[in-house]
Amino acid sequence: MIKTTTSKVRLLAAIASLAMLGAVISTLHAEDAPAAAPASTPIAFTNAPVAAQNAFLLAAVTNGDPTPTNIAPVAIAGHNAWMMVSSLLVLMMTLPGLALFYGGLVRSKNVLSILAMCFGITAMVSIIWWAVGYSLVFGANFASPFLGGTENFFFKGVTSDPNTSYAYWVSQNIFAIFQLTFAIITPALIFGATAERLKFSALMAFVFCWMFIVYFPLAHMVWGSTGFMNGVWNAAAKIPAIDFAGGTVVHMSSGWSALILCLILGKRVEHSHAPHNLVMTFIGTALLWVGWYGFNAGSAVAADGVAANAFLTTTLATAVGAFTWPAIEWIFRGKPTVLGFCSGAVAGLVVITPACGFVNSTGAVIIGVLAGVIPYLACTILKHIFKYDDTLDTFGIHGVGGTVGALITGVLVDPAVNANLGGAPAVANGLAKAITDHSLVVAQAKAAGLTIVLAVVGTVAIAFVVKLLIGLRPAVEAEHQGLDITDHGEEAYNN
Amino acid sequence: MKKIEAIIKPFKLEEVKDALSELGIEGMTVTEVKGFGRQKGHTEIYRGSEYTVDFLPKIKLEIVVADGAVEGAVAAIVKTAKTGKIGDGKVFILPVESAVRIRTDETGDKAV
Repeated sequence: MIKTTTSKVRLLAAIASLAMLGAVISTLHAEDAPAAAPASTPIAFTNAPVAAQNAFLLAAVTNGDPTPTNIAPVAIAGHNAWMMVSSLLVLMMTLPGLALFYGGLVRSKNVLSILAMCFGITAMVSIIWWAVGYSLVFGANFASPFLGGTENFFFKGVTSDPNTSYAYWVSQNIFAIFQLTFAIITPALIFGATAERLKFSALMAFVFCWMFIVYFPLAHMVWGSTGFMNGVWNAAAKIPAIDFAGGTVVHMSSGWSALILCLILGKRVEHSHAPHNLVMTFIGTALLWVGWYGFNAGSAVAADGVAANAFLTTTLATAVGAFTWPAIEWIFRGKPTVLGFCSGAVAGLVVITPACGFVNSTGAVIIGVLAGVIPYLACTILKHIFKYDDTLDTFGIHGVGGTVGALITGVLVDPAVNANLGGAPAVANGLAKAITDHSLVVAQAKAAGLTIVLAVVGTVAIAFVVKLLIGLRPAVEAEHQGLDITDHGEEAYNN
Repeated sequence: MKKIEAIIKPFKLEEVKDALSELGIEGMTVTEVKGFGRQKGHTEIYRGSEYTVDFLPKIKLEIVVADGAVEGAVAAIVKTAKTGKIGDGKVFILPVESAVRIRTDETGDKAV
């Protein structure tokens, strides 16, 4: 008991000291902020010539670049509205989508531990994101390909005006919250693999470290304006790869970390663990599918044609995945299962994620088939050959599916659906040429490889430290009794 | 013919079932029950209000066997259900007058 209390105090102390450090750094930077004035002062809309006004309005409704008009961009109702809805949808994917999806799959004595995990991560990551996370991913003053900057610590400067490095027409505060919802669901995915046998204290400590060591650097590398692997927007990207909504950042990072963490933890002590409520899992899956429109179409960061294409491809890939997985079950195992429909749908969503804004409808259908087949094989054959206890198949679906998605995006990419693939940065860093040469898959493989290395090495290091300080697994007796009572002092079902 | 009623810890059910199957015992009836003996319950807290949970989840396993098989079955249950900690449960042995297999009308030892 004393040991747990000490570790909790340590965790709180770590958060507090980090917050203070951030406060100091952001004060330091407050002094040199005015020096960074724009080169040419934008003119007010009302003072601009009519031709410039018309060009500006056209750019606003089509999510175009207003720079030539020399009128400062503002948040536009339509784009902002869609991004607010998208943020809600992605938050709904974690609370309650993922919580119900995972919660139904564990035994009744552990369902609350899943809900607590989802809620705990949502709350803690929101605080980290406000303090330093957003800035470390989307800031710029490090001028680094690997991490953002310090200028937006504590949401400094994150106002209703757009951050034009990322979106001309969306308020930066909404952009920051939209990206927060991604930072929330990513670590939450990991703990499907470790369900029923990881202490809550260890889980929270792991997430805290993982955000800094894996998520923030990776998200900046892929989506940051100076990112190492940001092929679409960074003219200086060393690996000009593409990842529309987070195949590498979200699914590969969480999936591969999940594999490593479940190997380090070892198997559960009990051998019989049927899902306790598949109705709950069904509801969770349905919420994930609906929420994923915010995740994928929202990643256009505008209500534009690219978002519309992502909306379409997401629908097709998911439906085809949800058809293929149970069809394979029916053919080879005799019956199509509800869990098979759910797994196929989630696999389809995972594999289309990096591709949704870059492929056409045919590409989406091919992706749906692959999503129904390859993760299915990973969950039913690979897992039994290597005998790792990936409780809820996080690696099988997110790790394997994310990797398939990252690679196949390089093959099925269609520049006709997304003009940004031929934009100035893409031409400068070689992305546009790689697409016409059909060699993009090489950059995609490099990006996937780097993601795996970062996730694996980061997870090993963090798990080692957390094991040393807090310990990872509950006592055998506690694991038998269930984490709901031993970690949270509650039971889900009191009749 | 005797009926054996065993109250055991839920997570021991698989092991006990396997041990009984090895002895050739082909059927059993299992119920999820709640109760307590010497094992204390635990407290749960909901919005600050503390509740003591006295009744702990257990498994009640019922089998009916011929007289000659009783000793072996009981020994197998006791051996596999034991953790040595308080709350391992109890085994009761009761006499049974008769038994009928509904499908075949067989009676007595042949029916169990």
